[in-house]
Amino acid sequence: MRKRSTIAIALLALTASVGASRSAGLQDFAEIERGRYLANAADCASCHTVPGSNQPFAGGRPIETPFGNLVSPNITPDRDTGIGTWTDEEFDAAVRAGRQRGGARLYPAMPFPYYSRMSREDVKAIRAYLSTVPPVHNAVMSDALPFPFNLRSSMIVWDRLYFKPGEFHPDPSKSAEWNRGAYLVEGPAHCGACHTPKTLLGGDKKSDALRGYTLQGWVAPDITSGQGPLGNWSVDDIAEYLKTGHNKYAAAAGLMAEVVQLSTSNMTDEDVRAMAVYLKDIQGAASPGPGSVDQNVLTAGGAIFQDLCAACHRQDGQGIPNLFPRLSDAATVATPDPTTVLRVILQGTPTVATDREPTGPGMPAFGWQLDDEQVAAVATYVRNHFAHAPAVTAEQVHRMRATLAKTE
Amino acid sequence: MARKLPAKDVAIIGLGWTGSIMAYELADAGLEVIAIERGPWRNTPTDFPPNFAPDELRYRIRHELFLRPEQTTFTFRNKMDQTALPIRTWGAFMPPNGVGGGGVHWNAETWRFLPSDFVLRTHLTQRYGAGFLPEDMTIQDWGVTYDEIEPYYDRFEYLCGTSGQAGNIKGKIIDGGNPFEGPRSRPYPTPPQDQPFSHTLFAKAARDLGYKPFPQPSGNLSRPYQNPLGVRLGPCTFCGFCEWFGCGNYSKASPQTTILPALLRKPTFSARDNSEVTRINLDGTGKRATGVTFVDAEGNEWEQPADLVILSAYTIFNVQLLLLSGIGKPYDPVANAGVIGRNFSHQTISSVDSFFEPGKFIFNPFIASGAIGMCIDEFNGDNFDHGPHGFVGGAYMGQVQTNGRPIETTPVPPGTPRWGAAWKKAVKENYLSALKPGTGVHGSMYSYRDVYMDLDPTYKDRFGRPLARITMDFHDNEIKQNAFLTDKFAEIFQAMGAKQVVKHYRKGPYDVTQYQTTHLCGGAIMGTDRNTSAINRYLQCWDVPNLFVTGASGFPQNAGYNPTGTLAALAFWAANAIRTHYLKNPGQLINA
Repeated sequence: MRKRSTIAIALLALTASVGASRSAGLQDFAEIERGRYLANAADCASCHTVPGSNQPFAGGRPIETPFGNLVSPNITPDRDTGIGTWTDEEFDAAVRAGRQRGGARLYPAMPFPYYSRMSREDVKAIRAYLSTVPPVHNAVMSDALPFPFNLRSSMIVWDRLYFKPGEFHPDPSKSAEWNRGAYLVEGPAHCGACHTPKTLLGGDKKSDALRGYTLQGWVAPDITSGQGPLGNWSVDDIAEYLKTGHNKYAAAAGLMAEVVQLSTSNMTDEDVRAMAVYLKDIQGAASPGPGSVDQNVLTAGGAIFQDLCAACHRQDGQGIPNLFPRLSDAATVATPDPTTVLRVILQGTPTVATDREPTGPGMPAFGWQLDDEQVAAVATYVRNHFAHAPAVTAEQVHRMRATLAKTE
Repeated sequence: MARKLPAKDVAIIGLGWTGSIMAYELADAGLEVIAIERGPWRNTPTDFPPNFAPDELRYRIRHELFLRPEQTTFTFRNKMDQTALPIRTWGAFMPPNGVGGGGVHWNAETWRFLPSDFVLRTHLTQRYGAGFLPEDMTIQDWGVTYDEIEPYYDRFEYLCGTSGQAGNIKGKIIDGGNPFEGPRSRPYPTPPQDQPFSHTLFAKAARDLGYKPFPQPSGNLSRPYQNPLGVRLGPCTFCGFCEWFGCGNYSKASPQTTILPALLRKPTFSARDNSEVTRINLDGTGKRATGVTFVDAEGNEWEQPADLVILSAYTIFNVQLLLLSGIGKPYDPVANAGVIGRNFSHQTISSVDSFFEPGKFIFNPFIASGAIGMCIDEFNGDNFDHGPHGFVGGAYMGQVQTNGRPIETTPVPPGTPRWGAAWKKAVKENYLSALKPGTGVHGSMYSYRDVYMDLDPTYKDRFGRPLARITMDFHDNEIKQNAFLTDKFAEIFQAMGAKQVVKHYRKGPYDVTQYQTTHLCGGAIMGTDRNTSAINRYLQCWDVPNLFVTGASGFPQNAGYNPTGTLAALAFWAANAIRTHYLKNPGQLINA
């Protein structure tokens, strides 16, 4: 069914983009399909499609960065406002080398340091696929950064510091599955773009790869193994989470819900498993531990938990598999940074719905009901009692409220 | 002037239980389906989360989830020679509104009707002779048998994850279940809910009296469950805020928790909320529906053309919309002719309050779920010999106490002052040790020639359309039935050790201000004869074959059970007929 509609779209697009300068033949079904799969694995749509829009890849979505907002460009084959007249070489340079047409440097909101791990053939396939989508006339002004970040030449330094171009090379000492996972995680899926801590300049702290970072008001938790928050997750648990958005421990919400919805849920079972195998093999650091916690706060937090949380998460915090997260092993609970816990308590959140897990249960908002001190108490209880993570202060809750009010 | 929308394959009026089932089944068959719902969209975490849903004042007393009478209502009278008056606040039943319909606020008591209920007139006539039935009783056979719809009962129970103990699997009677139920093809998907103290005490007393008590089949789940559509429910927490409330923790089967998440993923499904259908449109012949007309929240009128129309609103509004659209011949009780409005019925409910020794009996009534309860079925339908009693019909009865909510759970012994310090003291003394089953005796109401629906000659809705008029009263048969059953019910509470049992018999006249159940039935009934039924055995309108009418409006009379299991099974049954027969050859499915 899906294949048939892809062909239909491909045929439709054929008439529209004749003359575009590119080497991939639109008849090359296998290459287009491979490109479609890779574009999905690379989650191109997440930035290049406005959510809910029926104009895939037409750009225009604001991308929040610590340096200001960028707006994603139009990557449909439109000749005026898209990439219809780009050569394959220009496309490859943008994706793998971070160079705009004409040579200017891209900001790393475009995760070219990861995409650089893909092969030239991979990128050509993505290009072939993008040539089949309907061209959309949509001129996008993508730069909105303040000085000095608005100077793209500033990226010369950044590239030198943080960008190590080069294709992925398999490690012959590891299994084919591990290597496939490594390729996906380090390459197209660009997990580290969110999950790896950043330097002040927004570059990856390579030594702490995948050990967690906070961005756009959400925690991208430590996804390494060992004593980190995913310590108890098995390969199957990780694969299930990537494929369905849910497992017995956690549910994808916020930015990760989008990743699951647009990308990982559409990957093959073999690929999500390969990613899990690779992730499971990366040893992280031990969690810093809970630190000291005021017993009175714990008592108060426990009482609030009993009243408001236990109906779903159960008194023992064990939750219900694939429906209500198990608080001891939901990575965003155990993580040192309480950002996600606080925003979810204050504002509530839907979780992702996928074909295999269509329920998409939601967490209600409690911010209207609990004051800062109460939220801090219940968050401290949840984090300390179930997940051995540090206490939360009322001041942190207050700041989170202010942040959420700004983004509403 | 209505603006015309692009045509759809199917237009569904009302997105409650049966609307959701039909929408899913028909979208699954690849059809372009639009559902048009009068009320708002409703989601669990935003509309009834556990942190504000348990509010008795807002939801129970002030009817939060229900239709507002200002939007539309109905008129009521007991007798044909009276003038009906418009009802301005809900009483005897609660017209649902919004996505999920009655499936949001129900208690989730998930019963099947008895095999004999579906062939009621034939069965009773054969057993007792035609002369045993009151002359003006208009009960009919349904045109469908229990065995035919058993697979669809099963579909619904496995959609919901219903918790229960089977009493009859393929003819083999199972200990601990309801031995009177029709044979089921397999056990319930989840085991019965745990039962609190008063419920188990009732069961013990009932067993001692020779009855066979069993746990009420419950859509408040005993276990986590994933249904065949992949949708998950959690276990019930016995919060005691079930009926009248939405469930905040995904443990009550509802369209939201069982089918809508899967339906919303169907690319051919779409919905309009806050949009009230005002008419089913017919072509020049009057034999074919061309779609529906609806008005959105801005007051804009739209025409939605469709090849197939499914009428899935609440009983009253199904019947009203048929009458307003000129579909089917309106029922005339004087001539006993016509079909739309005929065989309208409700329920005959009563209960007893019982008072036990405070301190000795601590029932903790607030530990409860909507479909909690231990029941007996010895006195339902025709499970007992009615010959000596001079009435027909029956009830399941049980300690079905679904809550101990503070505003309404104030049972005090007779003689207590109705307010003041003495009343408060009595409430406090008795709260933990008194029992007040909600629908203790859940009795049938059979149909009669002078109980019916038509259009009111005087009162109109906001669009200038006549309101529906209900003419309804209890007949002697139901009054006698209830007196007998209430006495039997009270005996069990005596046997439990109550020091005082107070019986509240259901008496006439029918009181539209006193809540019984929301189980209005009939008015657009199914049957085998187009002169006495509005729809055929597949719920297909006799006169307009591309219109199907779902819901309890199709029941020729009510049985002594909650209707949801049956109306949902019939929706699956009708959907199957549409998918396997109608779509291949659109037209009348019955050659009659």
